[in-house]
Amino acid sequence: MTNTKYILAGLAVTALAAGCASSASHQDLDAEFAAMMKSSFRDQGIAKTDRLNQDLGQAACSSPTPPPADVAKRIEAESLATIKWPGDGQYFGDWKAGEKLAQSGRGMTWKDKSADTSGNGGQCYNCHQLDKKEISFGTIGPSLYNYGKIRGVKDLASPSSAPVIQYTWGKLWNSKAYAACSNMPRFGHMKLLDDTQIRHLMALLLDPQSPVNK
Amino acid sequence: MRKTTALLAIGCLAALPAMAQKTSTQSIEEYRAMLADGNPADLFDAKGEALWRQKRGPKNASLENCDLGKGPGVAKGAWVELPRYFADTGRMQDVESRLVTCMSTLQGFDAQALADTSYGKGEMANITALATWISGQSQGMRFALPQQHPMERKFYALGEKAFYYRAGPMDFSCASCHGSENKRIRLQDLPVLYKNPGDGVGIAAWPAYRVSNGQMWGMQLRLNDCLRLQRYPYPKFGSDVTTALAVYMGVNSAGAKSVAPALKR
Repeated sequence: MTNTKYILAGLAVTALAAGCASSASHQDLDAEFAAMMKSSFRDQGIAKTDRLNQDLGQAACSSPTPPPADVAKRIEAESLATIKWPGDGQYFGDWKAGEKLAQSGRGMTWKDKSADTSGNGGQCYNCHQLDKKEISFGTIGPSLYNYGKIRGVKDLASPSSAPVIQYTWGKLWNSKAYAACSNMPRFGHMKLLDDTQIRHLMALLLDPQSPVNK
Repeated sequence: MRKTTALLAIGCLAALPAMAQKTSTQSIEEYRAMLADGNPADLFDAKGEALWRQKRGPKNASLENCDLGKGPGVAKGAWVELPRYFADTGRMQDVESRLVTCMSTLQGFDAQALADTSYGKGEMANITALATWISGQSQGMRFALPQQHPMERKFYALGEKAFYYRAGPMDFSCASCHGSENKRIRLQDLPVLYKNPGDGVGIAAWPAYRVSNGQMWGMQLRLNDCLRLQRYPYPKFGSDVTTALAVYMGVNSAGAKSVAPALKR
């Protein structure tokens, strides 16, 4: 009996110690990970090591499990607040220029001379289907074929089109406003594309004359 | 004779419109089939074997006493157990960083100068050829990375964190592309890498000869190019992050057959 008590007490102490060790080792691992990232990379051209610094959303979405609902909500709200709506109310450019941007996966690597938006593509076909004629498309994102048509956009000037137009602009500007851990880059927020380029992509997605909606 | 050539030329021209109808995946599959009996990686494999045996460097020595983890000079089976912990350097090393150690200690090369050499150039091209030959010595064998040493287990944990780490101007992690089933970029199928992707997929298919650019790539350059497309800064050759990612993939691939040196798009 006495022996059993001692053993139990011993087990409890061991369990406590193990608990402390596990939480301490967690912190150790985080510190070692930070040190590893710091020592493993160097600047090359436009790709500097400060690119490894994470914002709230990047940090919260760096795990196989999604962040808690309250954190996700906060990321989405803060992302929504970053969106710059077109000042002149002009949402649309030329879908032909949009198609060219959608085809291009260029930009922002250490081999690119400049981080200026003019050198960047929209990379859309890497992950999405758009114009049905383009058979080389990726599947990480959903198909965007008939994007505007499916959403009932027949006339861009019609008030009934306004909600989907605004959502699409917002999604292109900062995808995390609508899904905290979206796989899609934040084209406006991260200065990957400028307003004129986003207008071209808007036309590609929503213009009834665009091949996407044929 | 001339007639035959002309007929062949017509045959080729006639085949052109049909070619255009094919997806690039189909064309590559055909090209792979054509090369099945002669993967250009074989040339690098042969060069690597010669380099292993040749006396070179300031010390005019061969690499035949290089310890790749299975004892001095043992190449067979080494590749499917790397990266692992090496007591003599006190570091986790993959095949390429281990080759740098051996070329430095046995042959007298300057380790830093080797690591700083651009891919495809000078001694780095030799390291790639050596890695190609070493991988071939494990062809058909199953991945079995050791996880006994605490450092080996720690690098698995660090590799997992690196796999899911999101950063950069496009918010990409490795998991953005390799975290779900049946995804592709354009027409390129993406292996799922947080678990065992199966025989000859992922880490079990590198080093590989890349048909699209005519280059032989080891795992260091494979990861370097992934991180470039993630829009990350430049990973140093043999850095801990590339080693940790290789440990993560290698341990996840336990039991998968290595087909390296392989043939890739």
